Amino acid sequence: MELCDYPAYQLVGMIRRKQVSAVEVLESALKRIGEVDGCPGQLDGNNQIEPDKIHSFITLTPERARSQAQKVDHAIAAGEDPGGLAGVPFTTKDIYCVKDTLTTAGSRILSNFTSPYTATPIERIEAQGGVLLGKVNQDEFAYGSSSESSAFLPTPRNPWNTDCVPGGSSGGSTAAVAVGEGCFSIGTDTAGSIRQPAAFCGVIGVKPTYSRVSRYGLIAFGSSLDCPGPITRNVQDAALVLRIISGADPKDSTAANLSVPNYLSELQTPIRGMRIGLSPDYFKITYLDAQSGEIQQEDIPAIMKDAVYRAAGRLAEMGADIVEDVPMQQTRYGIPAYFVISRVEAASNLHRFDGVKYGYRTRQAVSDVHEMYRKSRAEGFGLQPKLRILMGMYVSAAQYSEQYYLRALRVRTLIRQDFNEIFDPKGKYRLKALLTPTTPTTAFRMGDIYGDSVLMQYADQLTVPANHAGIPGISIPAGFDLQGLPIGVQLLGNDFAESELLRIAYAYEKVTEEDEWRTRKPPILTK
Amino acid sequence: MTEPISPELFSHLVSLAALELSNQESEYLRQQLNNQLKAINELADIPLDPNIPPALHGIQYSPAFRPPIRGDFWQPSELADSILEQAPEVEERFIIVPDIPHQDLE
Repeated sequence: MELCDYPAYQLVGMIRRKQVSAVEVLESALKRIGEVDGCPGQLDGNNQIEPDKIHSFITLTPERARSQAQKVDHAIAAGEDPGGLAGVPFTTKDIYCVKDTLTTAGSRILSNFTSPYTATPIERIEAQGGVLLGKVNQDEFAYGSSSESSAFLPTPRNPWNTDCVPGGSSGGSTAAVAVGEGCFSIGTDTAGSIRQPAAFCGVIGVKPTYSRVSRYGLIAFGSSLDCPGPITRNVQDAALVLRIISGADPKDSTAANLSVPNYLSELQTPIRGMRIGLSPDYFKITYLDAQSGEIQQEDIPAIMKDAVYRAAGRLAEMGADIVEDVPMQQTRYGIPAYFVISRVEAASNLHRFDGVKYGYRTRQAVSDVHEMYRKSRAEGFGLQPKLRILMGMYVSAAQYSEQYYLRALRVRTLIRQDFNEIFDPKGKYRLKALLTPTTPTTAFRMGDIYGDSVLMQYADQLTVPANHAGIPGISIPAGFDLQGLPIGVQLLGNDFAESELLRIAYAYEKVTEEDEWRTRKPPILTK
Repeated sequence: MTEPISPELFSHLVSLAALELSNQESEYLRQQLNNQLKAINELADIPLDPNIPPALHGIQYSPAFRPPIRGDFWQPSELADSILEQAPEVEERFIIVPDIPHQDLE
């Protein structure tokens, strides 16, 4: 086990006690990147190059990182407090602005954008001594569930099988964390973009309550849905990082003005007596069959369902009360409503990219500013942003908005009501959490779904209801399928109940720590 | 079955979106939009009580945690130069754009 494989919560102690220096930890992480990552994504790059590497990064920042690590070591030598993440290497999805770094959101239109300021979650981590290794790849503007839509090629690959996608849109983040390229990464979750790739890569992904973490400095996708959150290899690190990035922010008027619990210390509280629900509505998927044009419904693969029941059984061993047959009937409407709401918000947010103030401007001769807008956007955006802009325009047009946009917002209320009922402390179910599969399947092969925008969206069917409802969710590893790909299970909780979800996740981690599957490592690390 | 987004309507959307598309892109994007609309049309079949309000956010912003409105006062910023550095074309601290067509208002 190399230094870069240690959990963040242990490294902080080791660095503070001078058992190891922050610079040594950093060099270990950089060495790992050199061994497994291959070339970083680049514009007009070759997606077939080095197919056995991970390709998490767009931009590596080793010199910046060395300077940060040295600062931590100097602070410790001087007897100063180096911070709660002293010397811990991490990465961030390239959708976060970080001062003086390239911030692309995986898009050509931002391929030359150097951010003049730093996003609040990243600023808070760096203020606590975190060492930024670099910016990792993602779906373009976070529009996708496989990371294949990035303009920066090669796109990230799944560390458990590099022929498979790492999931998305935070696929660079989850792939990096899975192989020790940093202890954690900060992703974003608009429909499942933290939890789904976390499940595919066998790591932990937390989507906090909407408003728990400031969105300042995050390049916006769906402003009523976007949630920044941590991706880690263990629950304690998730608790540690979540506490640091959470809390009110004068720069984000939607960030909740609530005190932040000490998630890490609360992990020790037993889960005995906590009511955890299972819903049949999360064991099936409803989707549009492209061939027939009909809505189809089918059970998820047995191996995914079995993983949830096995996890429920282990949690019951720890004293949780498992409540079956919890109805969540609106789950199936999450995707159709999301197709509308997210597109309207995305189209609105993408209108700022026009070749005027920053980012890409066409080099073609133009007759006027309107032609410059059109050509810059046509050349700068990939197909997925274009698709979202066009759909957003359509469903929010005056003559259709009642039929589509307003209706989708009202369906969102129904989705929320499902959760209100099951978490109501005086209601029939009185749940502390709902336990579900994170995804309908394990990781799919690269190229298998990309291009079919409808099927790709259904990869988020079990995660998107939490985004509509604003509630927190966490995906945790729960074994492997027969092909050796990770399976994730998801815990969903009431508003601001991150602490309870983390406690359940931690209890599960402890009770399964001797299981054979916990000892497995991504094959790329054993080559 | 008639496709809801015809080539003519699609061209109008492209214009509203301030885009220019190749024929190949247009064909793919229009097909995907019509496929997505089939999925979206599931919304029409959902029974909705007239009293169900739209939800702009999932969570309810209660006074207990809604942030106070920030004071409206002037603050200095040191970012002006670095922001200007990002502009594709600048002259004497003005951002330069191609001609802006003028239209007389009636």
